[in-house]
Amino acid sequence: MRARVSLAVLLALLAALPAFAGSYALSVATLILYFAYTGQAWNVMMGFAGQLSLGHSLYVGVGGYAAGALFFHYGIGPWAGLWVALLLCVALGVVIGFLAFRFGISGVYFALLTIAFAEFTRIGFDHLDWLGGPGGMFLRVAQRDIWDLANFRGPPLMYYYAMLFLTAGAFALCYFLLRSRAGYYWQAIREDEEAAQALGINTFRWKMLAVAISSAMTAVSGVFFAFYYNNLFPEQIFHISRSIEIILGPVIGGVGTLFGPILGAAVLTLLSDGITEALAALGWEIPGIKQVFYGLVLLAVVMFLPNGIWPTIAKKLRL
Amino acid sequence: MSSSLQIRQLSKSFRGLKAVSSVSFEVPEHHIVGLIGPNGAGKTTIFNMVAGVYAPDAGEIVFDDKSIQGLHPHQVCTAGIGRTFQIVKPFAGLSVLDNVMVGALLRAKSSAEARKRSQDILAKLNLDSKASEPASSLTLPDRKRLEVARALATRPRLLLLDEVMAGLLPTECDQMVQVFRDINRAEGLTILLIEHVMRAVMALARGIVVLHHGEVVSRGTPEQVVRDPAVLECYLGEETEV
Repeated sequence: MRARVSLAVLLALLAALPAFAGSYALSVATLILYFAYTGQAWNVMMGFAGQLSLGHSLYVGVGGYAAGALFFHYGIGPWAGLWVALLLCVALGVVIGFLAFRFGISGVYFALLTIAFAEFTRIGFDHLDWLGGPGGMFLRVAQRDIWDLANFRGPPLMYYYAMLFLTAGAFALCYFLLRSRAGYYWQAIREDEEAAQALGINTFRWKMLAVAISSAMTAVSGVFFAFYYNNLFPEQIFHISRSIEIILGPVIGGVGTLFGPILGAAVLTLLSDGITEALAALGWEIPGIKQVFYGLVLLAVVMFLPNGIWPTIAKKLRL
Repeated sequence: MSSSLQIRQLSKSFRGLKAVSSVSFEVPEHHIVGLIGPNGAGKTTIFNMVAGVYAPDAGEIVFDDKSIQGLHPHQVCTAGIGRTFQIVKPFAGLSVLDNVMVGALLRAKSSAEARKRSQDILAKLNLDSKASEPASSLTLPDRKRLEVARALATRPRLLLLDEVMAGLLPTECDQMVQVFRDINRAEGLTILLIEHVMRAVMALARGIVVLHHGEVVSRGTPEQVVRDPAVLECYLGEETEV
């Protein structure tokens, strides 16, 4: 009950945020929600089913490029492009999952496989002239004042609410999944796969489901990314540092928890932006300070809160 | 009298070492049968072949008159064979209740139904007071009980127990014996148990199969088996004149 009330209050605050926040704060909030949502998607695979993906940038990239290219070349809006993005990303996830789970590749080797797929897709996209190659693909930026929902074009406020809607939706979906048969089976597989099999669980099938859901959710991040930033470069969107950025939120917030990805994304984005701002105010521009800061936060969490920040806070708040 | 499990001429080698060679025995329906023998006799290897973890080199495994050869572990469980692991494998991060629920969901239509059934099983095994604790906090005897509870939750018709009494105090062992006896009587559950604790085997088993070096050296009722010189020999070594 306490948890539900707190959640409702938080959601109301976030919905009312644009009334108080300036344009800079709104863009930071949008970024936080973007990482919260994408982290939640990754969490389905790693946090729930225990399958470590270090290549989630693959799905962001393929999703973004799929919807972006349809818009760029044919003027097809993101609502149709979204389905293509979903289909492609799920297909990719299923191929990777099939290769790994059918041939018993797990743990570190599975993680390496996910990196490999993201990396060779990045290199492949560098050579696809139709998608702009290494020079990138730029979506036409049209009128920014009116809410053009059909083409997902509009003021920053629209993107903020879209991301809030997605994050809330992902939270609800994961809440439901965790309490369903899938949630119990995934967690059993995460804890001990052999014991899970002995209890009648077809671990191959349930792991595939986790990959499919996670890649589909991440595809949506990609579509959002394409229409929010309007430019796509293979070297950026598929880069392994993007995959790491995606997982830092849930790792710091709490892997396998529902609120961890949200809290982790907020803490990381706020603190790193805060530090960059503070240093800039002092007149220091230090390149790479964000990465150093990520490293320090990660180090502190691993040392002092190995389960992430959220489980400790949840206990204190008795949620 | 029909058989629940029939093992015919089963063999398995690991890199040339014969772990099990042409072992045959039957577990009659509704009976409790003990599988005993010194360490390395091949007992757990037989379990793992029945459970679908290892494929036998030769021989046949028949459950309820159907061959279960080549089935994956999850299919064996779905077919009606539950098992425990000698080295316990709790889902450490989940609560005790959730551990059992994972098993119960196999035959339950809803989470609510699975939860209800899991609570009943936990009560049977005296674990109900620890239902909401994480499995990682349990002591070894409780982990053994949890292992049994989880296997029972899948509603097996045949239960394979791999040394669930090991490490239990005599009173705890007697409690566990009573649990199996009750379930066997009330539900007609067939049980095949690997056990070193003779106190439990003698109290439970109607038939005993003795393995040594991968071969059956004796079989019969508990009374017959303990008087068999071949059994004494494999446990204590051959009698020699001095």
